[in-house]
Amino acid sequence: MSARTRELFGLLPVSLLVAAGFAAVLATRTEDVSDATLTYGAVFLGLCVFAHLFIRARLPDADPYMFPLAALLAAVGLVLIYRIDAEFAREQAQWFVVGLLLFCGTILLIRDHHVLERYRYTIAAVSIGLLVMPRLPGIGAQVNGAFLAIEIGPIQFQPAEFAKLGIIVFLASYLRETGDILLRPRLRPLPGVRHALLYGLPAVLALLAILAFDLSPAGAALLIVFVASFVAVLRERPSPKHFGPLLLVWGLAMLMLIFIRDLGSSLMFFGGFLALLYVATARLSLIGVGATMFLGGAMFFASNVSHVHDRVEVWLDTFSQERGVCPSTGEVTEFVNCQGYQVAQSLFAQADGGLFGEGFGRSLLELPGGGVLLPAPHTDLIYAVLVNEAGLFGAAGLIGAYLLFAFRGFKTAMIANDGFSKLLATGLTAVLALQVFVIVGGVTRVIPLTGVTLPFVSYGGSSIVANMVLLALLLIISDHARSEGMRRGGLV
Amino acid sequence: MNRQILQVFGLFVALFAVLVGFTSYWSVLDAEGLEDNQANRRPLIEEQRIPRGIIFASDGQTRIAVNRAVGRGDDRVFVREYPTGGTFAHPVGYSFIRNGRRSLELSRNSDLTGEEDEFESLFSGLQGQAREGFDVVTNLDVAGTEAAVNGLAGRKGAVVAIEPQTGKVRVMVSIPEYDPNQIPSNFGRINDDANQPLLNRTTQELYPPGSTFKVVTATAALDSGKVTPDSIIDGSSPKEISGVPLANSGGQSFGPISLTDALTNSVNTVFAQLGEEVGRGTLVEYMRRYGFYQDPELDYPSFQMIPSGILNGEGDYVDDGFDVGRVAIGQGGLEGEIRASPMQMAEVAAAIGNGGRLMRPRLTDRIVRKDGRVKERIEPDLQSQVMKPETAQQLGDMMSRVVEEGTGTAAALAGVTVAGKTGTAEVGPNREFTQPWFICFAPVDNPRLAVAVTLERQPAGSQGGTVAAPIARSVLEAVLGGGG
Repeated sequence: MSARTRELFGLLPVSLLVAAGFAAVLATRTEDVSDATLTYGAVFLGLCVFAHLFIRARLPDADPYMFPLAALLAAVGLVLIYRIDAEFAREQAQWFVVGLLLFCGTILLIRDHHVLERYRYTIAAVSIGLLVMPRLPGIGAQVNGAFLAIEIGPIQFQPAEFAKLGIIVFLASYLRETGDILLRPRLRPLPGVRHALLYGLPAVLALLAILAFDLSPAGAALLIVFVASFVAVLRERPSPKHFGPLLLVWGLAMLMLIFIRDLGSSLMFFGGFLALLYVATARLSLIGVGATMFLGGAMFFASNVSHVHDRVEVWLDTFSQERGVCPSTGEVTEFVNCQGYQVAQSLFAQADGGLFGEGFGRSLLELPGGGVLLPAPHTDLIYAVLVNEAGLFGAAGLIGAYLLFAFRGFKTAMIANDGFSKLLATGLTAVLALQVFVIVGGVTRVIPLTGVTLPFVSYGGSSIVANMVLLALLLIISDHARSEGMRRGGLV
Repeated sequence: MNRQILQVFGLFVALFAVLVGFTSYWSVLDAEGLEDNQANRRPLIEEQRIPRGIIFASDGQTRIAVNRAVGRGDDRVFVREYPTGGTFAHPVGYSFIRNGRRSLELSRNSDLTGEEDEFESLFSGLQGQAREGFDVVTNLDVAGTEAAVNGLAGRKGAVVAIEPQTGKVRVMVSIPEYDPNQIPSNFGRINDDANQPLLNRTTQELYPPGSTFKVVTATAALDSGKVTPDSIIDGSSPKEISGVPLANSGGQSFGPISLTDALTNSVNTVFAQLGEEVGRGTLVEYMRRYGFYQDPELDYPSFQMIPSGILNGEGDYVDDGFDVGRVAIGQGGLEGEIRASPMQMAEVAAAIGNGGRLMRPRLTDRIVRKDGRVKERIEPDLQSQVMKPETAQQLGDMMSRVVEEGTGTAAALAGVTVAGKTGTAEVGPNREFTQPWFICFAPVDNPRLAVAVTLERQPAGSQGGTVAAPIARSVLEAVLGGGG
């Protein structure tokens, strides 16, 4: 069976899910039955088949599973969003069409992804520009304290979703070139005195710092890991001039914390960067230095930037009984009813779901007689709605779908023939998987909750469009790798 | 490179496993903890969407608690209404989202919200039925309750009537009452009212039982074989009890007198001697059999019940070291004073009326599904065998004399023999008030109703026989005469 036929069969479960999902929502909402409901499903499937035919024509050898998986996730999202608000679903469907157009446009425009290498500095500059845009006066918009969106007329747009693609392209290209020379093993061992100094001096300094600044256990552990990793880096021959751009990326992640004030997207970017750095250099020591520098910075800003600080507080003590003035309403309430409201409601909604959930369309999102019970159900907390309606099994299925997608992405990276393709596929997959971890982890209180979207599922035009482009890039890489493999007669 | 890519993938497998793990924790493992969290309004909202069961009086017709639907469609919720106002407020209580629940509305909440076992709920879930509550038919008698309310006529007090053979609670009246319909709008005012309308005086308040407690003393003395109804005891007054002289009511001296006559005339000195002869241990043992020292075993919230017993000056329950002579006549001192709730004294009368067998008191008769099928019927249930049937027979005969010719003649009913006992405890810092009591059951040969009546802080001179007995009489008349 050819790859494309497998892809077509892969769309079968998607169509079943769309039909069952919409039918369930329809069955539970008897009052406002509209014929449009089933039309949504049919149109969505029609678009999927169109995309499939397009891939069949342009990328005949591309991975057969990634597109059906993305379609499955988008279908879950569409059903959930339709259930929350039919108007949102209509908009989301429109964005899905736009995303599909960009998907096709990307495939038509970039026949060979290697051309991106030529424009890497331009791409990097544009990406950084995109990231800073939400802070520009006039078009920047603050959402829940974070600067993640810009508004041009009626359209709200989250540039970070696109910037993540650009930065991955830049890093993949840069690290392909410098990955081997960033660190090189020493040919001769260091002379004895300097050898002792290399280990002794940092150890003494670290100890002194811990004592002098009276660091907390977490801070001390961070410092020790940092120093140990740094020493490990120095044991080899690092190339300082090639570290410049990498320091720039770290600085960018920190700037994001200060400027955009969003721990989640900052974590997503930097995590993707570290994954690429590791794949390119195979040095855990570099990851140690990078991760501790990031965590140190995050800890510093968590205690100094009030928005980030609040998020961390809520995460650590969601159900605090402490009373205080709630900044959003001005009322004196318990912490759990104010700052911790979003996270607490997310957990309450999940508790209601149980193993099997309450069924599509049955979750309780609004208070009877008006008022919001579960805030941002279609964006930040869409995963909580899914747990509520489809239960633990449904949620595990969703995570499983993301894991399969990641598996296919990394698999593409592994069978690719050149460093840039490998790094690009790795980076794109890693940043998508990290985004899943950051938002689902926030909703389930693994990490502080931040406002990134659940890829392909959450409501949000920028998110769906950017992720469709990401998918297109992965499919292009995959098509190249697999067709080359077949030419060589190998099994793929 | 491929090795590193595989390792990165492994890391994501681990991270995603953490996500599934946390999701399992919140949605399944800690779900109950989250549902019980104070800040979680979901269970309350869900429950508001369920039409609660209707609460009926014993006739199966009179609606005590009904629902009013508010809003339409997805927003529709149900709000409780109480057509009978305050009449059944104490036994039935209220249920409102903001104010919580009280009384039967609380103790029968799972029935009223239609909670099913797993199998049944799966079945109705498959049928697509919306959850609705089960109706509760109580044992509460409308006529008897109205007679009690009218009898108390606004005076603070309590009336309890129980069917001796079944434990069915036919009347539970506590005055002042409150209007449950006013709870949502006026809870603060009702709660702060100095007259404590929210206090259920039948189960939540303890009073000195006065001479009605002599029945308990007599139970212990007769059943343990210390005396017979014909035993002659010296009824002179005053008599030294625990080193302090004790006088009869009005200082009347009876001389040698039979136990039956002593109960008929409520002779303090006789029962004080009897108490000393029985001893603390035996008296407490019989009290425990009657249900003292524990909450009544009633289908009622435990926070609205309080055990009767002997309490010392600090308010602690004691079962030794008290002045047994004075406790035996329903009084006591700082080392221990007998206190009883009206429910407890009604249980005393009911146990005697049922051949010494105390049945668990029950407010609920049956739980009924919306389609009319009975889901559960509350069957009579023995709580304890307090005394031998012969002892109960003897006590019944003695108590009939009280109503025929003694202190309780005001409770006599035409054509029905009533067995009863009066009580009048002096209360207040200067003993300027009385706590009149009357407990009884009727008809003596086949008792169908036991009643306890008491009134709070009545003016001096108010006697159990003159103030409380007539109320008991009208309750007996209403319940028995009405074919109940």
